Amino acid sequence: MNTRLQVRKTYKLWIGGAFVRSESGRYDEAHGFNFPRASRKDVRDAVQAARKAAGPWAARTAYNRGQILYRAAEALESRGDGIGVTREEREAAVDVLLHYAGWTDKIAPVLGGVNPVAAPFLSFSVPEPTGVVGIVAPDEPALLGLIAELGPALAGGNVCVSVLSENNPLPGLDLAEALGVSDVPAGVVNLLSGRRRELAGALGAHRDLGAIVDAAGDRELSAELDRLAAETIKRVRHGDPATSYEDATTDALERLNAVTELKTAWHPVGA
Amino acid sequence: MSSSVETRTSIVWDYAPAPESVDHVRLEDRYGLFVDGEFRDPSDGGYVSTINPATEDRLADVAYGGPEDVIAAIQSARAAAPKWAALRPLERAKYLFRVARLIQERSRELAVVETMDGGKPLRESRDVDVPLAAAHFFHYAGWADKLRYGVNAREVEPLGVVGQIVPWNFPLLMAAWKLAPALACGNVAVLKPAETTPLTALLLAEICQEAELPPGVVTILPGDGATGAALVRADGIDKVAFTGSTAVGRDIQAALAGTGTPLTLELGGKSANIVFEDAALDQAVEGIVNGIFFNQGHVCCAGSRLLIQESVRDEVVAKLWQRMRRLRLGDPLDKNTDVGAINSAEQLERIEVLVAAGEQEGASRRTVACELPERGYWFAPTLFTDVSPAHRIAVEEIFGPVVSVLTFRTQAEAIEKANNSRYGLAAGIWTDKGSKAFEVASALKAGVIWQNTYNHFDPTAAFGGYKESGFGREGGPAGLRPYLRVVR
Repeated sequence: MNTRLQVRKTYKLWIGGAFVRSESGRYDEAHGFNFPRASRKDVRDAVQAARKAAGPWAARTAYNRGQILYRAAEALESRGDGIGVTREEREAAVDVLLHYAGWTDKIAPVLGGVNPVAAPFLSFSVPEPTGVVGIVAPDEPALLGLIAELGPALAGGNVCVSVLSENNPLPGLDLAEALGVSDVPAGVVNLLSGRRRELAGALGAHRDLGAIVDAAGDRELSAELDRLAAETIKRVRHGDPATSYEDATTDALERLNAVTELKTAWHPVGA
Repeated sequence: MSSSVETRTSIVWDYAPAPESVDHVRLEDRYGLFVDGEFRDPSDGGYVSTINPATEDRLADVAYGGPEDVIAAIQSARAAAPKWAALRPLERAKYLFRVARLIQERSRELAVVETMDGGKPLRESRDVDVPLAAAHFFHYAGWADKLRYGVNAREVEPLGVVGQIVPWNFPLLMAAWKLAPALACGNVAVLKPAETTPLTALLLAEICQEAELPPGVVTILPGDGATGAALVRADGIDKVAFTGSTAVGRDIQAALAGTGTPLTLELGGKSANIVFEDAALDQAVEGIVNGIFFNQGHVCCAGSRLLIQESVRDEVVAKLWQRMRRLRLGDPLDKNTDVGAINSAEQLERIEVLVAAGEQEGASRRTVACELPERGYWFAPTLFTDVSPAHRIAVEEIFGPVVSVLTFRTQAEAIEKANNSRYGLAAGIWTDKGSKAFEVASALKAGVIWQNTYNHFDPTAAFGGYKESGFGREGGPAGLRPYLRVVR
């Protein structure tokens, strides 16, 4: 009898555009696959990689970022149903990514504009990325819940370090492969599997983070992230896991607002 | 470079005194807490005198809210909240328009009291603080029945009772920045004015009475840090808005951890004012002076780090020093005064400590040698050169009339130095090259960028910081969002 042996995947973290094992050498197991249990050092490495990528990503035109996110949606669409994800969830995730791909060049006119000040100045306010955004993804749905937070952060011009679903990290690690073959520049998205409390704590305490988006739905962890955020006055958004396209997009404005700064510029007119 | 002799020369201008009359000011001897539409004695807070920092004379006794007072105030606010939220939006607008008009009517009185209680020059309270406060109420009054247009046609509702804490540097104006959007959005507010400057907020309480604002919609709860700490931690507060120091902002953020209470913070700064060699230098010098000596430098967005391109460094410093020596320090009520009194003994001490640190760390200090009044709290305009980016006077917020000069060679270096701060509130750019101004503006991590100008504010223009200068914006449609919950 001719039986074909499956080529098993070695799941890896995605840091700075590279697929790597945890520097700690630790691993856990899910659905019969081993996956890395990232360490605090991995979190620091990921933030460092993200910081390096932040400037160039923010400097790209909104149009270009939109195209890259659209390309990422294409890549995700063309992947088969992965382990731990239903077809419905994957399709919703693609749609959400598409939704946010279309946001990149609409954020400025929607959140900003010209201020009709009562003095001879051209004054305008423009939204800008807050920088490096830490994302704590929910356990379920592992893929959609992650994309719902990645989408707005990336559309807003931010770079991300995300702690994946703890009990089902494989869809998140698979996503790295889809993003890796699209045009997302190295370091713009960094994905870490492991123990949520350990990693989220290290992420929340990192001083080079502008904002934390917490969708894990763990109240104790939320409070801890709030406390850590106060140390460097980080922006924090807590949200419930997105379970549908509607969940992930109806409050798009709040999601985008949570990861953008508004900059007001004044320029004299006639003086 | 100026010689050491020159640095201590004072220039005395032959100006006749032009003090503003205080005849029309009617201050009560004591002010209670403004709760439920009336002034009442505190139950457990007591009375404390507020003084004029320019004379150290007592102006009035002011009630401080104790823990029980905070609870009672929130109860009265909660009782008023549903009716205010349910009011036809245009009627809410009418109340706020009334408040705006009453501020305008009582503007002279408000300006004088602001100057007496806080020490700022009358020219500023009269021309900036009071008119802008009225403008904020007028602007947000107009939003009350158009909220959906401010949030992209979403359905919104107010948050409920908001707790607001304002600082002592722009007492009435900051109260207006806080109250106007909160009320326009249908919230009721419990506002704590600063310990050293409660009077104009209490006059604003009188204005609320005159405007026949329903009792409980605005509560004014004077007090110190303990009152503020109790307010933000109290049950029944649905949102907290704070303007003040980063240290206190951090405490509040930590205290609210895990509660889910929405928070906005407008905190400290160490803003860079960048002068390029192609700037109109005389105009830039005026902007530098306005940037750092406006309100004695008690300004969160003060241009306290002056970055000058090396090629024009000597020229700019010489011009600046010349200009500084012509600043008139003295009686804040005098209409010719440029630099008034330091707000409090405590703040004066903080300035003195940091200035001493500047000298110890090796920076060169020049202080204008002007005569300081015998009573009151004063600090003469001060310029530091030979400042390194690691010096405390280049890193920490001084909140006084002290400017630190650093230099740069290239545009990239200017941007790097400007952004090298845990703060990110504001920045100034001086250049006659438009494309350069816009390029630098977009590279700076700061919430407000002034190009060839400094310290301009407007109710339509969002204000607020990046990084440890806080989050959330005040002004314009962005200023509505912190006070609304999007329903659908």
